[in-house]
Amino acid sequence: MYGRKVKLRFFFVLLVLTTLILSIFLILKSLEENVVYFQSPSEIKVLSEIKKKKIRIGGMVKGNSIEMGSKEVKFIITDFKSEINVVYSGVVPNLFAEEKGAVVEGYLKDKNFFLATKILAKHDENYMPPEVKASLEEK
Amino acid sequence: MASLIGYYSLIFGLCFSFLIIIFSVKNFRDSYNFNNKILSLTFLQLFFVVVSFLGLILSFVYSNFSNETVFNHSHTTKPLFYKISGTWGNHEGSLLLWLLVLTLFIFLFLLKSKKQNKKYRILTLLFQQIIIIGFFIFIIKTSNPFNYIFPIPSEGLGLNPILQDPALAIHPPILYLGYVGSSIIFSSTLSATSLNYISKEWAKHIKQWVLISWIFLTLGILLGSIWAYYELGWGGFWFWDPVENVSLMPWLALTALLHCIFVLEKRLALTSWVVVLSISTFTLSMCGTFLVRSGILNSVHTFANDPERGLFILIFLFCLIFLALFIFFFFHKVEKKKLTNFFWLSKETSILINNWFMMYFLSVVLIGTIYPIFLEVITSNKISVGPPFYNKLMIPFLVPFLLAMAIGPKLNWIKSELKIKFHSILILLVSILLSVFIIKSLNVSFLLNTILVSSAFYLFFVTLKDFFNKRFKFISQIIAHFGFSLLILSILFNNIFSTEIVTNLKIGETFENEKFKINFEMIETRNEQNFKEIIGKFNIVNFDGDVEILKPSLRIYNQPNILTSEADIKTNLLTDKFMTMNLIQNQEYFSIRYQIKPFMFWIWFSVLLISLGGLISFFQRQHEK
Repeated sequence: MYGRKVKLRFFFVLLVLTTLILSIFLILKSLEENVVYFQSPSEIKVLSEIKKKKIRIGGMVKGNSIEMGSKEVKFIITDFKSEINVVYSGVVPNLFAEEKGAVVEGYLKDKNFFLATKILAKHDENYMPPEVKASLEEK
Repeated sequence: MASLIGYYSLIFGLCFSFLIIIFSVKNFRDSYNFNNKILSLTFLQLFFVVVSFLGLILSFVYSNFSNETVFNHSHTTKPLFYKISGTWGNHEGSLLLWLLVLTLFIFLFLLKSKKQNKKYRILTLLFQQIIIIGFFIFIIKTSNPFNYIFPIPSEGLGLNPILQDPALAIHPPILYLGYVGSSIIFSSTLSATSLNYISKEWAKHIKQWVLISWIFLTLGILLGSIWAYYELGWGGFWFWDPVENVSLMPWLALTALLHCIFVLEKRLALTSWVVVLSISTFTLSMCGTFLVRSGILNSVHTFANDPERGLFILIFLFCLIFLALFIFFFFHKVEKKKLTNFFWLSKETSILINNWFMMYFLSVVLIGTIYPIFLEVITSNKISVGPPFYNKLMIPFLVPFLLAMAIGPKLNWIKSELKIKFHSILILLVSILLSVFIIKSLNVSFLLNTILVSSAFYLFFVTLKDFFNKRFKFISQIIAHFGFSLLILSILFNNIFSTEIVTNLKIGETFENEKFKINFEMIETRNEQNFKEIIGKFNIVNFDGDVEILKPSLRIYNQPNILTSEADIKTNLLTDKFMTMNLIQNQEYFSIRYQIKPFMFWIWFSVLLISLGGLISFFQRQHEK
């Protein structure tokens, strides 16, 4: 028979391994569920199906497109190729303005219509989200 | 002039590094006693770095715009306080601060470690000098704070207004004391490993440094969180933003280390684990600097950056990790005396359980932070990982964690009997009943919240009882654990009881629902030295007739021309009333957010309690010597 020491160590290693596998599995599983993908308006136009998952869209806020009501804000996000209408109710960040970059997070209703739950703006006037920069440079 | 002196002091400081290395190597080989010249050299190095830092501060104070850093980050109309804090509010200056703390800590270490073995002290100094040289070269090569520009501009570009804030003025120095403190732990562990010096005495001595870093890191994170709460205008205190995560990771590793050091000190066990934790704490701190400064992370802190710097830190980091692993694998001797007397129910096991949880939380945060970066490199898919991910993975594990925190400290070293006492069952019952009573009437998911709140209450009452039973030997642990239970309780209740109203109002309009009436009365403007302020006045009438006046404002800074919104917060012991207003260009509507956030004060206070626990432990140890 094996000694108590060996048994103890075996048990220990087994415990560490199970916790490790279990936690990696858990983490990867919830990553899959909770990750938010970033897309540009042009990428959305060529989508084959509208998913119910939360996504982010980045681009420029089109000039003269902001319409403000007491409950919601409507505006158009463009990457100078395609446009998407966005409806948002909530606090608008300070650096959100026409002809400036913005990233919106929320759900697609169809290919032209987006229901935003969050607008992300950065704290530097010259800052442009890297995603927006990249998708604008591609053009 | 000041910048010139600053620059040359920096070069002198670097030269001293080499002198120190030469003397130390000689001393290490030749004599039996510690050469006091080394101490003087270390002091001189510290002196030159201080001069260099003062040079930069003076350049900022006198708005010397021939200095590029000052030009980029300062402005003549900025108040003096922010001119000074602007010194470390930018990349170059903050690195100089890193260097300052690095040299300061190694000097203090040499002063405080006189009772230790000579070889150990010298080797620690050598490892620390490797880090110091790395930072010297990094600063001089890629981010010199004393670059000269000609022609001299007449006005600077100004400091980003959201950084012009008292909490954020002291946040970097305090956080850095914690970050950089881990460098001493790193060097000392490497040196102790290679000399096979790890012992109970060593554990006792290094624990002081672990405690110092831990206290400062905790306070630093707290300050950052308070700042985010009132300045960023979302009304939350933790956003799982990558930059926050990056400070939380070393904290988790350091907390695990802090607990392990106890085992090492009392039982001389878990030595390899302590070494691994020390290495990872410092690596995570360096990673933090790298991720924040390289611009890889997309976050509130990425203002402007330069890939070359990131590359340098990355290479330097890899060299350090390689060195550390090399020493760990080739020099580390696993203790011959295996744990012969090891029993499942003991304090050691409970600390191991703590470590398991810490490592689990750490890996969740780590993966959540770096997974998006890797995914983008590999598949060019751009993703972000938000709070739901962290909440889902962390919250369920808080329950066993809290229970272990309540039971663990009561166990004895080596072996302990499970005595189920009457009053501990009573406490558990009271906690459950109390939580059921609170949660039942509310419109939230019943089971999860009840379990969470009861386990937090359990820890709360157990530590409270211990406190009144006057177990003074464990007072630091009791206070820290009590603080943690209070923190979790406040966060839970804050989540459950918060209300928020978001609406767009024109001046003079009124918003109404069944609970409040918010009247946007008027706006007034005010001119300050470096900004113009638009102050809104809101009358809020509660359904039971209480009237509250809140005055959130918008600031338009002159240089750089940025709009920030300043929240107005009415704080009392139970709730915070929080209001921000935003303006959109060319629109007459203001975007209003009004929040009632209970127990905010207790969140801050409990973190203070946690660090107070650390502080008491620090002085207790001092006293015991």
